Amino acid sequence: MMALRDTHVTLAHGGGGKAMRDLIASVFEPEGQEDQARLMDAALQEPGAKLAFTTDSFVVTPVEFPGGDIGKLAVCGTVNDLAVGGARPLWLSAAFIIEEGCEVALLRRIAKTMREEADRSGVRIVTGDTKVVGRGSADKVFVTTAGVGVIPPGRHLAADTIRPGDVALVNGVLGDHGAAILAARGDLALSTDLQSDCASLGHLMEAVLTAAPNARAARDATRGGLAAALNEMAQAAGVGVEIDEAALPLRPEVKGMCEILGLDPLYLANEGTLVLFVPPEEAEAALAAMRTRPEGRAAAIIGRASDQGPGRVTMRTAFGGRRIVDMLVGEQLPRIC
Amino acid sequence: MKYVEEFRDPAAAQAVLAHIKALSDDMGLTAEQPLRIMEICGGHTHAIFRFGLDKLVPPGIEFIHGPGCPVCVLPMARVDECIEIARQPGVILTTFGDAMRVPGAKGSLMQAKAAGADIRMVYSPLDALELARRNPDRQVVFFGLGFETTTPSTALAILQAAREGLGNFTVFCNHILLPPPLRALLQDPLNMIDAFIGPGHVSMVTGTHIYDFIPADYGKPVVVAGFEPLDLLQSVLMVLRQARDGRAEVGNQYARVVPEHGNPVSLKAMAEVYEPRPSFEWRGMGEIDASGLRIRDAFRAFDAEARFAIGYGAPTAREIEEPEGCACGLVMTGRVKPTACPRYGNGCTPETPLGALMVSSEGACAAYWQYGGARALEAAE
Amino acid sequence: MCLGIPGRLVAVADEATLMMVADVSGVRRAVNVACVADGALPGLIGRWALIHVGFAMALIDEDEAERTLEALRSLGEAQEALAMMAEGDRALEGAA
Repeated sequence: MMALRDTHVTLAHGGGGKAMRDLIASVFEPEGQEDQARLMDAALQEPGAKLAFTTDSFVVTPVEFPGGDIGKLAVCGTVNDLAVGGARPLWLSAAFIIEEGCEVALLRRIAKTMREEADRSGVRIVTGDTKVVGRGSADKVFVTTAGVGVIPPGRHLAADTIRPGDVALVNGVLGDHGAAILAARGDLALSTDLQSDCASLGHLMEAVLTAAPNARAARDATRGGLAAALNEMAQAAGVGVEIDEAALPLRPEVKGMCEILGLDPLYLANEGTLVLFVPPEEAEAALAAMRTRPEGRAAAIIGRASDQGPGRVTMRTAFGGRRIVDMLVGEQLPRIC
Repeated sequence: MKYVEEFRDPAAAQAVLAHIKALSDDMGLTAEQPLRIMEICGGHTHAIFRFGLDKLVPPGIEFIHGPGCPVCVLPMARVDECIEIARQPGVILTTFGDAMRVPGAKGSLMQAKAAGADIRMVYSPLDALELARRNPDRQVVFFGLGFETTTPSTALAILQAAREGLGNFTVFCNHILLPPPLRALLQDPLNMIDAFIGPGHVSMVTGTHIYDFIPADYGKPVVVAGFEPLDLLQSVLMVLRQARDGRAEVGNQYARVVPEHGNPVSLKAMAEVYEPRPSFEWRGMGEIDASGLRIRDAFRAFDAEARFAIGYGAPTAREIEEPEGCACGLVMTGRVKPTACPRYGNGCTPETPLGALMVSSEGACAAYWQYGGARALEAAE
Repeated sequence: MCLGIPGRLVAVADEATLMMVADVSGVRRAVNVACVADGALPGLIGRWALIHVGFAMALIDEDEAERTLEALRSLGEAQEALAMMAEGDRALEGAA
């Protein structure tokens, strides 16, 4: 294998020739990605087991941020997609759209964090692809991942199984990712010690489902934040959801950022936070199970489903008032007034 | 957070609410015969919905949402003019996030950005100044919006640019003054307002005396309020006490931030850089005399209107009509609730806003939509 | 209109342009203190200011803040007294 000498990606690295071979061999193959995978897992053999399959694309500015990078985001995002559906994540693919001029060192760092995160979450990145596009046609690098997992027999997590009285939990603090990215972009000139919450939740989900076998449904509160996840679940189940503002775990820095910019933390993106509904009698067990995991230390019961206002999410404010928590139309913008 | 959490204490709220309820009962206020209190400031409107205060106060207290949201009252023509500036070659247009989605007749800044204009959101006019320093070959224009609270910040930015001799920084000035529209509202014989909650942050700059004419000429109470929920509830109680006693005065609930005579440095900077325009158009309210500010000739070099020859009052720009059936004007003067507008939810939603009250998160209509005003929440129950 | 938030002035960023660092719950930002500076900037370190669009627009008057909170507390005490009286009334009615 030739060591790759270039410091920056050129269009030649996408040309299908030796340069491309070098890039892949030097950057991605050492991290375990190969051309085509042949796969077998005992879990697939169990009668009644189902295959879960998901895909997601990742674009983020900046590509590296406190608490992670686009590669970690891609692995966590895909693992979490599988995990909240009740699947044990097994294999991932990763495709990279690379902008001409992207630093090779950056790609190496990304490939390495992906490998590390995959190891942590017990999945293998088994296949990959790269393409190079001209300067300005991408923002350094875009990543698309697909993931395959197995849902064990008898497990059925779906939002339409949520019933009035079910309890809603989150595994951790809200809004860290959204706030950390806003600060990391630098154009608002705000500085914090905040880190993205970017984390894989596969192990946490397994622990929760062992402790609360009748859990109804889970969703990762990514884009659109907790508000979007709860609204989607309330609508799918045809139940009302009422949450308690005082119970929402929030870091002071996230509160501070939201106060400065006039943002609502319910709409900030998370990358390692899920919301879970369980029957009331399993709520304490689910909470305890979450808290055994590092990514569940700040777990909390935040509300419950009801037969009031089907499809609606309402919040009891910390101040004792009540308000509707709707989905946002577009992106939340900082405001001055 | 100091000076925030203490003023969000739910236990203290119960006490204030009990006093409000007792007084409201004593005065015989009911949903049919309420005391109508206009919170002038959009920030107050936002806080009322965010904390659910409209549903905590007794039914005899009705909030009317006033005109104090600078992006809501911005006429469409000014948005169009701003887009025209943004499209000029070499221009970087900088703006607060609030203005990005406000529709002009020819679309919003967000759409202009998608179509290729270099439009950037900033947190502060100082960030626009910094962009100008870093991009000497570009013209950096700041979309200057806001009442007396925000005006000193652009004035100080212009003074700083003048000191540095920055030749590529201008402000597109849409600053407006609060007292003229209040007077216009009060002169309307159909107005429904019994009392006012005054904007705390405007008053921090101007002092409280700018409201003296309200009790003096119109006999209505005013209480300048802070922005936390306890601030607002305490202000409601102060208003009620004035109304019960038959008093009309300017009260100050927000003395921790609002000095009686305002902030002298801010006032001086504003007066040095800006002067009133003969008149300025308010969305939904029409032209109001001496209600807008323009940059003085001495600072002409920093005036985007001068640099790009887009003057206020260009006749073609003035003739743009507001959308048909839009009741923004009636909502802003407190005569109807957002939900009574024929276009509310019917062609006018945050997705496709017709009137600016639906665009800005401070606008009464968007606040109703997002946080579920009384009607939406009742429907859910 | 006019989002403003209390922040603590924690450091001088640039004396010449009157810039200091404000801290809001662990979020820091350089702000202009022209409106509140009355003498050398280091004298402002530790003071709380109302921050709006990158400017410290007013210093927060701690005594006035305390007075407002005191007024709120006394409303609470008056409320408790009223509630106790109401309780007493009900007890009397029950006895009668």
